[in-house]
Amino acid sequence: MDVLYQNLLNLDWKMIVMWAIGGILIWLAVKKDMEPTLLLPMGFGAILVNLPLSGAVSHYLEDGSLNGEEGPLSILYHAGIANELFPLILFIGIGAMIDFGPLLSNPVLMLFGAAAQFGIFFTLCTASVFFGLKDAASIAIIGAADGPTSIVVGQKLQSGYIGAIMVAAYSYMALVPIIQPPIIKLLTTKKERMIRMEYTQKPVSKTTRILFPICITVIAGLIAPASVALVGFLMFGNLIRECGVMDSISETAQKVLANLVTIFLGITIASQMQADKFLQVNTLLILGLGLVAFIFDTAGGVIFAKILNLFLKKKINPMIGAAGISAFPMSGRVVHKMALKEDPTNFILMQATGVNVSGQIASVIAGGLILNFFL
Amino acid sequence: MNVIAEVQPMNFVKNLKYMGLGMLGIFIVIGVIMLLTIILNAVTKERKKPEDTDKQ
Repeated sequence: MDVLYQNLLNLDWKMIVMWAIGGILIWLAVKKDMEPTLLLPMGFGAILVNLPLSGAVSHYLEDGSLNGEEGPLSILYHAGIANELFPLILFIGIGAMIDFGPLLSNPVLMLFGAAAQFGIFFTLCTASVFFGLKDAASIAIIGAADGPTSIVVGQKLQSGYIGAIMVAAYSYMALVPIIQPPIIKLLTTKKERMIRMEYTQKPVSKTTRILFPICITVIAGLIAPASVALVGFLMFGNLIRECGVMDSISETAQKVLANLVTIFLGITIASQMQADKFLQVNTLLILGLGLVAFIFDTAGGVIFAKILNLFLKKKINPMIGAAGISAFPMSGRVVHKMALKEDPTNFILMQATGVNVSGQIASVIAGGLILNFFL
Repeated sequence: MNVIAEVQPMNFVKNLKYMGLGMLGIFIVIGVIMLLTIILNAVTKERKKPEDTDKQ
């Protein structure tokens, strides 16, 4: 009979706390529909790896040697996340999903994507108060609002907090509809939120659509070589979409490939959520700093738009600056919904989407710059 | 690790240079991409074919 309850004696209160955290992630995914493709596998994985002597992950003895067999999630972690393969493959799918049309039609929108990366660098300074520079940079990149970029930067800089960083990055992306509106409201007046913006869809040639991803890869590769894998995989996905001769592969990248990687990505991230590594004061601090990054990203975009308005005859609705945070496509939708709430006839979806897409590019470049600084 | 014991407030000011360099870097790269897009749009603009006036 001992066999039935022997393992129960290995149960620790910290593991039960992690079950609760896993439960919250699953609840957010199912009940609140927040990034369910990632939060659900992460939530379940958090429970799976926090069962006493869980066979899902590897266990090590004090001398560092393996105790028993390697766990499948640890194998997946080394095969797909430690070498950054999963996030990069996922980027092909994301690239194939993105329509750069609104951005190519209005290239000036790209500036907002750049401004909304302010939170990353502000958080870098703030995090350096508590952590070493490489860890601070890895934490700051949570503000890229882009899971794969966070994973790649954190891994390359060999941060010891990769688990908390990944959880923060994906959780805050899911929480964009909750985090951004109060910041935007705080920084704008009702009158500003009601500003109408004319949208003229200028035609974009197929040649431009094909050359754009190639040129971005070359530029990013020349300026920030460390980012070329990230940018390159994203743009490769987009090239597949735009070339017009790989429709079935584009569809596979957008759906099957992205879904497959996402399933493994979420549950493999959870392998880093073991109670002894995760339940630390530092984790709470990292979650707090991640929030700071999102807040200052949003503020950076909005304030940049307000500064531009001082000089422009045709005013810009400053809310679109907030969509530069990346977090594609949630952020663009949040801004659009806020504009509709103020004035049900004010449609700024296309402008917000253009800024949102530029944020995706800018966040990857920010990741590359961070790697250039600290690698 | 007790982070509170290792708080170094002056690091914020010391590392402001990365904020400046980072934002400058992003605006330069995005500026280059923006200019390139404008040039691409101008060069590859699909011209409308002149209407055939000979046809009845």
